[in-house]
Amino acid sequence: MIHSKETEKQPVNDKNRLCTGSEILLKALASEGVEVIFGYPGGAILPTYDEIYKLGMNHILARHEQGAIHAAEGYARITQKPGVCIVTSGPGATNVVTGIADAMMDSLPLVVITGQVGTQLIGTDAFQEADMLGITMPITKHNFQIRSVDELAQTVKEAFHIAVTGRPGPVLIDLPKDISQQVTTFRYEKKIHLPGYQPTTKPNKQQIRKVLEKLQTAKKPVLLAGAGVLHAQASEELIQFTERNQLPLVNTLLGLGSYPGNNELHLGMGGMHGTYAANMALHETDFLINIGSRFDDRLTGVLEHFAPYATIAHIDIDPAEIGKNIYVDIPVVGDAKAALTMLLQGKGPNAEHDDWRKQTQSWKREYPLWFKRDKEVIKPQELIQKLYEQTNGEAIVTTDVGQHQMWAAQFFAYNKPNRWVTSGGLGTMGFGFPAAIGAQIAEPELPVLAITGDAGFQMTLQEMSILQELQLPVKIIIVNNASLGMVRQWQQLFHGERYSHSLFPIQPDFSKLADAYSIKAIKVEKLSELDGAIEETLSHAGPVLLEVCVAKEENVYPMICPGQGHHCMEGVKPS
Amino acid sequence: MKRTITVLVHNRSGVLNRITGLFSRRQYNIDSITVGVTENPSISRMTFVVVVDSMENVEQVIKQLHKQIDVLKIKDITDEATVARELVLVRIMATSVQRGEIASLAETFRAQAIDIGKESMTLQVTGNTEKVEAFIELVKPYGIQEVARTGVTAINRSAKMSTDTSRLTLIN
Ligand SMILES: Cc1ncc(C[n+]2csc(CCOP(=O)(O)OP(=O)(O)O)c2C)c(N)n1
Repeated sequence: MIHSKETEKQPVNDKNRLCTGSEILLKALASEGVEVIFGYPGGAILPTYDEIYKLGMNHILARHEQGAIHAAEGYARITQKPGVCIVTSGPGATNVVTGIADAMMDSLPLVVITGQVGTQLIGTDAFQEADMLGITMPITKHNFQIRSVDELAQTVKEAFHIAVTGRPGPVLIDLPKDISQQVTTFRYEKKIHLPGYQPTTKPNKQQIRKVLEKLQTAKKPVLLAGAGVLHAQASEELIQFTERNQLPLVNTLLGLGSYPGNNELHLGMGGMHGTYAANMALHETDFLINIGSRFDDRLTGVLEHFAPYATIAHIDIDPAEIGKNIYVDIPVVGDAKAALTMLLQGKGPNAEHDDWRKQTQSWKREYPLWFKRDKEVIKPQELIQKLYEQTNGEAIVTTDVGQHQMWAAQFFAYNKPNRWVTSGGLGTMGFGFPAAIGAQIAEPELPVLAITGDAGFQMTLQEMSILQELQLPVKIIIVNNASLGMVRQWQQLFHGERYSHSLFPIQPDFSKLADAYSIKAIKVEKLSELDGAIEETLSHAGPVLLEVCVAKEENVYPMICPGQGHHCMEGVKPS
Repeated sequence: MKRTITVLVHNRSGVLNRITGLFSRRQYNIDSITVGVTENPSISRMTFVVVVDSMENVEQVIKQLHKQIDVLKIKDITDEATVARELVLVRIMATSVQRGEIASLAETFRAQAIDIGKESMTLQVTGNTEKVEAFIELVKPYGIQEVARTGVTAINRSAKMSTDTSRLTLIN
């Protein structure tokens, strides 16, 4: 339906003015304070795009819907606000499925709007129809299909509320084309009526007291901090609590940055490629307090070997996470900030755990992360270290998935919250580069380093178009080992060195690709050129693609091999 | 073990799909489900019988269900004083000679003949699962042509609730 001239002339604040569904949607987004939309148009969503045009909304056109949704995720990770992604029905919608699943696993707030065929056509296998409600039911926090234009405004309100409250997550709104064209009056309610959705944010006092009591007698306490701390913006409280009680702290992969990585009490990341100190502490501890982590299997390894001597307290906003993987002695349902605030009001430990602190410090000193330097060949770990040094750690790092991701987690210290963006739960290749775009839009002033693999980058490299178009100064750093590095490592270690489809016989000329998108490209192959190349990359005002050819057969260590406990790490020291 | 769980949900399209999808994704085996609207037409009541390995498992099922935005209330009523019923229709072979004998068998179970044909008859029984199964066993020798069971539906008894302050009734 075309907007009549008459309705357009009426003042905006006229309550009786009729608005189309599309207009209502965009007004609702504006009411929610949405600053930017990531998306891609198509038939079923055209009326909405028409409205975006008319209202001049800030919209970023990705070159593939997967790029749009990962950018929205990067934006959400940095701002803690919902990333908004609008795509068309059918193939547009199915192209965002990976990003939705990724956001679900990593608890990132998203509001995804998918166009849908007209209500009359739903269920007829119409052109570009996909059952998005059915497809995304298990990978969204909640999803809606709009059946009447009158419920649209309220649904958008509820979607934003659900996405950010409690445990954050993606919410999908499927919008049939005819509904986006129907008209009604626009009213945006302040109230939300969701009787079935009442997340508990304030922890039970009794349970908090139990944590404090146990802390008083524990001899080897350890704090495990996950992304829940970041979602709750509770880093300040975490730092206070940890310092006051002198508790050694282990971060999960996604929790990096919730506690300063360069602090003495920080033992590093735990889990499969965690530090020796972190994993030994997890193994030996007699009291483990988990704040905002879901005991993912990459952290815990085999459950029977995990924290075998510990009483476990688990603080989580999502009650279903408590007891899901690990038996928990002291369950605490609540938001990390509220819980830490309450913990800070209580008494600290009586028992001396000086010896324990010394022990954890000595593990840290004696078994640091290591790699063997080479005089000529660039070691990927050294690359990451140099990136850290040259940025003074003042950068946002996003990564793809694979070896470079683990090295970026190990060799770059995240000293502040919201500087680290990675796909933890789903482990999505193709995530890192578009996520960097979202992060750069969220933080225009900070350097953003998209550290990616030569394979992962090829999954979403078309988004270089956005860099070119907006002159976003994202620095793409390709850690080129001419292989699917992590796959190659597993094949070497566990599949008898049979490198089935993991080595690239030929590679694209990445510099030429960058050139095609009018992006400055730098390629380095020798260690002696590395410092200069990094400097040049960082000092360039616009986007840069820095391709670093690294040692091809480097493996990520240390490592807990499948089936082993945390105390049986391999590659702890150079052999 | 089998547990009986009742769930109040918004009566919206797709809700049953959400719930069963959740069960299959997390590998919980559903023995039966019954659904119907309550006295409030915008709310439906579901009764599940699930097969789980442990109480921790039941707790996880309940917590996961509770995360669904359309779920209003969940209760594991297995250990409570409840009335649980199932309805079964059984069509068995029955010659005209056998009908009388079958009718008297049926009577002890308070089963009713609801359809009679030349060579078969259909009986309806309601009761708890054991009774229903006992009845089916009993009529088996005549030759069962078809069985249709509704699955269990259950409700708390009006007498005082169980004294067991079950930790599984509500999580929030
Ligand atoms: C979409 C997707 N497909 C496959 C995988 C499996 N996978 C994990 S790591 C990896 C190799 C990644 O290679 P590259 O991007 O070059 O990074 P590297 O490990 O070499 O640093 C693969 C294929 C994945 N994580 N995601």
